[in-house]
Amino acid sequence: MAKNFQITEEMKSQIGWTSKPWTYEVSRSSVRAFARGVGYTDLVYFDVNTAKKAGYRDLPAPPTYLGTAIFIPGKSDDNLPRDPETSPKIDHGLKGMLDGSTETEYLEQICAGDTLTCITTLTDMTTKGSIVLGTTLVISTESTFSNQDGKVMAIQRKQIIFY
Amino acid sequence: MSITWDSIKEGDNLPELKKKPGVTQLVKYAAGSGDFNPLHHDYQFPQSKAIGSIIVHGRFKYATIGECVSNWLGHSGRIRKISCQYRGMDFPDKEMTCKGTITRRWEENGEKLAELSVWTENDKGKIMTPGTVIVVF
Repeated sequence: MAKNFQITEEMKSQIGWTSKPWTYEVSRSSVRAFARGVGYTDLVYFDVNTAKKAGYRDLPAPPTYLGTAIFIPGKSDDNLPRDPETSPKIDHGLKGMLDGSTETEYLEQICAGDTLTCITTLTDMTTKGSIVLGTTLVISTESTFSNQDGKVMAIQRKQIIFY
Repeated sequence: MSITWDSIKEGDNLPELKKKPGVTQLVKYAAGSGDFNPLHHDYQFPQSKAIGSIIVHGRFKYATIGECVSNWLGHSGRIRKISCQYRGMDFPDKEMTCKGTITRRWEENGEKLAELSVWTENDKGKIMTPGTVIVVF
């Protein structure tokens, strides 16, 4: 927690930073694993025939699931589902991190078999006072997820809070 | 049975979705999402110790909003946009309820659309994750 946290010019200069691409895979097993993790009982997310009968080309990605970031030891973050190269490096010194908000805009239905390439841009940075957390740093990003044919399937905008 | 755009109206409520995620459910979500932040399963993690507990993934609540809408929609339409804000922490083994209501129903560029206000409440009835969803039929 930081009482007097301030955004420096150096941090601010990072706005507009764009990541290298990173791959997110949507497989039948990963769709089932996500649906199981959320607690779905709808067979459309588990059984291929049921999904096809419902009009999908394969198991559909449940809402908010944009594939699983591929994990490369030594390159990926040990715990977080994002690669360090794809997240903005801001030297803020804050240890705590929380999700602030998430918005996903779908342009197409994502299904098992899709391989998505994600590119993230740092769109904004601001501070926000919190009674519990002190002065927090809120960063906003926009990530574009394109499929194997280069078609944009989804855009995700999120805010992450550091404290 | 699936719903249609013609059969819904503004002010209609979505069926509620109740959950009481325990540690095992959160571990399953961690595996499914790839988010292994120890704050969601390890009571010895410094941030968990500081908070006094592990906490439910905000994204689990976000996905629950998606599930609530998906269950209601029954694949008769598609989510165009889904968003939420994380207003507070939820803890394992506490009941949460996802609720929603249709706030707008309109046609635009030949598409039949509906906007929903959807949120999760904690076991005390406090709104923890207010969200907005746009559905195209």
